[in-house]
Amino acid sequence: MNALPLILTVFIACVVEAVEALTIVLATGITREWRSTFQGMAAALVALAVITAAVGPAINELPLTALRVVVGALLAIFGLQWLRKAVLRATGYKALHDEASAYLREVTAAQAAEKQSRRGVTDWYSFTLAFKGVLLEGLEVVFIVVTFGDNQKNYGAAVIGAAAAIVLVTIVGIAVRAPLTKVPENWMKLAVGVMLTSFGTFWGAEGAGVRWPGNDAALLVVIPVVAVVAAACIFWLNSRKAALTVSAPQSEVVGS
Amino acid sequence: MKQLRSFGAFWYDFIVGDDWRVAALVAAGLALTAIVTHAARVNAWWLLPVCVVGALVWSLHRATATRK
Repeated sequence: MNALPLILTVFIACVVEAVEALTIVLATGITREWRSTFQGMAAALVALAVITAAVGPAINELPLTALRVVVGALLAIFGLQWLRKAVLRATGYKALHDEASAYLREVTAAQAAEKQSRRGVTDWYSFTLAFKGVLLEGLEVVFIVVTFGDNQKNYGAAVIGAAAAIVLVTIVGIAVRAPLTKVPENWMKLAVGVMLTSFGTFWGAEGAGVRWPGNDAALLVVIPVVAVVAAACIFWLNSRKAALTVSAPQSEVVGS
Repeated sequence: MKQLRSFGAFWYDFIVGDDWRVAALVAAGLALTAIVTHAARVNAWWLLPVCVVGALVWSLHRATATRK
């Protein structure tokens, strides 16, 4: 497989994760205290490095077939969850994940919390909030890099995609010092959902013993098919919503 | 015990997400593909995509039809 689709897939997926982590870090740092926020961020990065060092080589030792089944299943499940949320948001059944309002929520919660010193950290709240945010989003980045890198036997390309995303989001975040509200997050999530679902389906089936017609070229069909299915789902839910509104005009919001 | 539960909840949320049926359908689709491919010797490359699309449509239908 050409490295460019791999780099782009990892890049887009990691931009989304980096924006979410940045939102939490900025909200905490600006409203509480930068020192403890950076300590939390640094602790999370160390934890991530340890987890990656422990998990990375272990994955290389696993048989490729078993790895493809497990990774394929996980990627397909991940991708479908992203697709499901993005379709529900695109059709108005679920509130849009607005980074500006997420930022405001974090700011309000951070301002309301009491300041406590613990274990050499002057503001424990800032520390734990930054730690949790960076660790959770970072774990998703690590998962994407390790699975894509290992399956394509091209860790370099996966790392380049992830690093470029993190550097770009960090630079823009520092420059504007605000959450990246202009990023069309839901459409990016839809695109990532399509890619993860497609790769997961491809690798999972391959691991289960299937030989795809055209081998790796089958991906060039699987990806557009999943994209068309997602678009059809948006059309279907919009039509259904319009029909319901005509027959019984009432407000309708699904929050799952 | 509480920490263990929240640790488990974190990983459940991280891997399975909002709708466990999606994860169950994908797992069932993979198992079925392996059985059909190895036992019946049919190259069932189409089976998992069908299960994946079915899981998405079913999950969306449930999410939007249950709370009108």
